[in-house]
Amino acid sequence: MIRLRRRRDLACRQVVELASDYLEGTLSHSDRERFERHLVGCPHCTEYLAQMRVTIKLTGRVSATDLTPQVQDHFLELYRRWQADED
Amino acid sequence: MAASRVWSAGAVGVVRDTNDRPRLLLVSEDEQLLDRLRAGDEDAFVTLVARHHAPMLRLARTFVTSGAVAEEVVQDTWLGVVRGIDRFAGRSSLQTWLLSILVNRARSAGTRERRSVAVADLGPAVDPARFSAAGAWTAPPAHWTEDVEERVSAEQLGDFIRDALAQLPPRQLAVVTLRDVDGLDAEEVCEVLAISEGNQRVLLHRGRSHLREALEERLGR
Repeated sequence: MIRLRRRRDLACRQVVELASDYLEGTLSHSDRERFERHLVGCPHCTEYLAQMRVTIKLTGRVSATDLTPQVQDHFLELYRRWQADED
Repeated sequence: MAASRVWSAGAVGVVRDTNDRPRLLLVSEDEQLLDRLRAGDEDAFVTLVARHHAPMLRLARTFVTSGAVAEEVVQDTWLGVVRGIDRFAGRSSLQTWLLSILVNRARSAGTRERRSVAVADLGPAVDPARFSAAGAWTAPPAHWTEDVEERVSAEQLGDFIRDALAQLPPRQLAVVTLRDVDGLDAEEVCEVLAISEGNQRVLLHRGRSHLREALEERLGR
């Protein structure tokens, strides 16, 4: 049976613009329902959303810069100088 | 979410240490260190610097192109902290306060932010040519997420992300770094960068979309 597309259904182009807000949990209840209804029938947008999730996860792994002992010493020196300046 | 720090009930948090290992932290640890710093304890100062250095330097790098200038901005921020420590009211987290001071210093240090074109922060998440007139995919994303971490080494994925981050316009880079690398929440990012909630959302969306696109180019073809 052919079903007419509901007027309020989202197009793929709209889904990709809402992907961040969906992941942020900031979509309204009705927008979230429309978004998820679209995903059920659209493997491409499902993959797109998975890519956004992986992207965020990988970004979270960008490692911290280690503070080397030299840099720590440098800050210690700075601190002593600032303290001396104040006295 | 890639939050590196999750506050729960305001009592206990999870942070990543300088070796990127998650660890539990009593929120009051920062406050204890601050108290010691107020009393002139230099060890407390160095411990605070070590704890907050990486996010501060990352944020400074989004404002200035030179690594040396970024280091100066961080130092200048700490000088401001030492001089103005009594002004910390504890309304926001220490990190949010530190990063706000840093943004002020970076902005006055002659920033590339001013040179950035706001147009770079607008536009669609995906090239419109990839959709039909009705808005359906005509050039859908290649499927690469499944098993990607088995197929591609963590090191290589890290390189891809770092390269992609380096290509982001400054304002997007600042928001994505604070949110997805350093784990601040949306409200904290608005406070640190003095931007509206709407701008935060747009910059985060554009930034993440750019990163995804860059990964697709590397992994999906």
